[in-house]
Amino acid sequence: MRHIISLLLENEAGALSRVAGLFSARGYNIETLTVAPTEDISLSRLTIVTKGGDDVIEQITKQLNKLVDVVKVVDLSEAAHIERELMLIKVRATGKDRDEMKRMTDIFRGRIIDVTDSIYVIELTGTCSKLDSFIHAIDRSLILETVRTGVSGIGRGDRILKL
Amino acid sequence: MTMMNGAEILIRCLQEEKVEYVFGYPGGAVLNIYDELFKQDKVKHILVRHEQAAVHAADGFARASGRAGVAIVTSGPGATNAVTGIATAHMDSIPLVVISGQVATSHIGQDAFQECDTVGITRHCVKHNFLIKNVRDIAITLKKAFYIARTGRPGPVVVDIPKDVTSDRYRFEYPAELQMRSYMPITKGHSGQIRKAVNLLLKAKRPVIYAGGGVVSSNASDHLVALARRLNFPVTNTLMGLGSYPGTDSLFLGMLGMHGTLQANMASQHSDVLLAIGARFDDRVIGNIENFSGMQRKIIHVDIDPSSISKRVRVDIPVVGDVADVLDAMNRLLDAEQDMPDVGEWWKMIKEWRAKQSLKYSMGKRIMPQFVIEKLWEITKGKAVIASDVGQHQMWTAQYYKFDKPRHWLSSGGLGTMGVGLPYALGATFAGLGKPVVCVTGDGSIQMCIQELATAKQYGLPIKIILLNNHFLGMVRQWQELFYEGRYSQTNMNFQPDFVRLAEAYGHVGIRVEHPKDIEPALRKAFEDHKNDLVLLDIHTCPDANVFPMVAAGKGLSELMLDKNSL
Repeated sequence: MRHIISLLLENEAGALSRVAGLFSARGYNIETLTVAPTEDISLSRLTIVTKGGDDVIEQITKQLNKLVDVVKVVDLSEAAHIERELMLIKVRATGKDRDEMKRMTDIFRGRIIDVTDSIYVIELTGTCSKLDSFIHAIDRSLILETVRTGVSGIGRGDRILKL
Repeated sequence: MTMMNGAEILIRCLQEEKVEYVFGYPGGAVLNIYDELFKQDKVKHILVRHEQAAVHAADGFARASGRAGVAIVTSGPGATNAVTGIATAHMDSIPLVVISGQVATSHIGQDAFQECDTVGITRHCVKHNFLIKNVRDIAITLKKAFYIARTGRPGPVVVDIPKDVTSDRYRFEYPAELQMRSYMPITKGHSGQIRKAVNLLLKAKRPVIYAGGGVVSSNASDHLVALARRLNFPVTNTLMGLGSYPGTDSLFLGMLGMHGTLQANMASQHSDVLLAIGARFDDRVIGNIENFSGMQRKIIHVDIDPSSISKRVRVDIPVVGDVADVLDAMNRLLDAEQDMPDVGEWWKMIKEWRAKQSLKYSMGKRIMPQFVIEKLWEITKGKAVIASDVGQHQMWTAQYYKFDKPRHWLSSGGLGTMGVGLPYALGATFAGLGKPVVCVTGDGSIQMCIQELATAKQYGLPIKIILLNNHFLGMVRQWQELFYEGRYSQTNMNFQPDFVRLAEAYGHVGIRVEHPKDIEPALRKAFEDHKNDLVLLDIHTCPDANVFPMVAAGKGLSELMLDKNSL
């Protein structure tokens, strides 16, 4: 099962390594990991997408809680939540492909944010699977470069992860 | 407020934490610290001969005294040498504060002389670690380090301090209180869970109490004894838990696990209610996990670390909390109960297993190592503090030395670090227990930290070293005999030093023992005539002796071998 684990951790040197190191040391997988300071600069918010059975996810949560720099941990996927990922994708856009690429970008509600005679850079936001779908929808041979931020997530309604 | 340099602030912090002894080894990056150590006499420094031993000695001190051990090492190789000691303490949840020097902040990342990323290297084998980048942070960081090391599930904390931070000046102010929003260990057990646990215990027909190192670290022995006696339940200990329940008590089944007794393993396997206290269902303890989990039983698990619960084995009633606190609450609930469960039938079964005398061994012309440990127990009246190394001798000591009190058995259980024995014994002599300190070791292990004989001489430590010398790396040899058709690959140490003369070279007493009849006189000589000397007894034991019972790797607890013919 895919889980989105969100945590608040002390914004201190090495805190991220402790989290990442825990996953490698105990053999848990990380699909994506994003981290940035929150509105309170002493805290960072980190989102990890991982896969595992209930036992593994329970251990991951407990092991994360055990890290001294980790302040709070929630498994967002336990309840209603929103997830978003940002992708920047650089594609060859020449001839008939140029129009097609523009059309696809519109369909996926993306934006073209850099243009040359032969290249577009497209910005796309959405769930992981939406971004995957875009990649599958366009002609693969036209893709020059992709960069994705990994998933950020937040609980719906009054589910709040705060101190 | 007077200004002082960082090194003095550091020493003042140690004084505030009532640190009496630090074990260490000087070097370039810690020169300022050593200079301040020199100027005071409250914190006494014990100079070891290798940084690994500094950490092991601090660890041994912590195990024996129940206080946090402190070690000081220099940067680079000082810190990397300390890693084995830190990892050993981490696996066994021992409270340590290890202070390492670091190159000056301006040199960090420049591949400076004796630079290494100590915080990075130790990250995976500490409870937490810090790099102090500013003299202002020394006091608060030390406060946090001791707090983290001692509370919750204890463990080692490394504090890495660059050289310039120890020479910069600041005022000293030690925080009286500490609040950490990211670290708030649970202590009190949930009362509802405790009630549920007690109800289950009262319904048990085939109960077993399985108690581990957590009982020792939470100083909960008395509570455990009260609980077991009140319920008349059998008790088994893990290797780490030995001494937490009196080894000579009639409710005690002996150690369980790979080299556990028949009664301990069979009872644990066939129990209907297993009360696990401060133990973690380690692979060496429960054997084959499917085989263990396949049995119908209810498990109550008391542990201070939530991540220990349901890590390897699903448990029915988890109780997260300090073991002493939880056991105390259980005892109080039991005080209000009239009827204790009837476990008469269960004891009959256990007595049948016991009657098979799984620890029996036969004597020949050669010295049997088991016999040495039994004699050691007799002569020390079971009251010595025993530090072991790792291997066959460790298991024999665990099996045959009946520990009646906690903190008398110092052994590397989790990491299984050869070489800890002598430094553990060193550290334990400073714990002020007023008991003889013994190091039971093998001819392999003793050579891994043999240099500490010099430290023992420098401080006049009357350790008794019981060297069970079988000219082999015995435990590996045993596996080669049993599972590799006797191909003794690299386990025969063809050359070994004359240990008697080696002890003498360091200024100690060495005695060679080759016949069973000489054991008792030699032990008496060591413990009585040479009470105040370090004595190394080089005891040449039967090289073929194996540790039994044994649960082979991958086998279940009830599939244990009583001897090599039961393979």
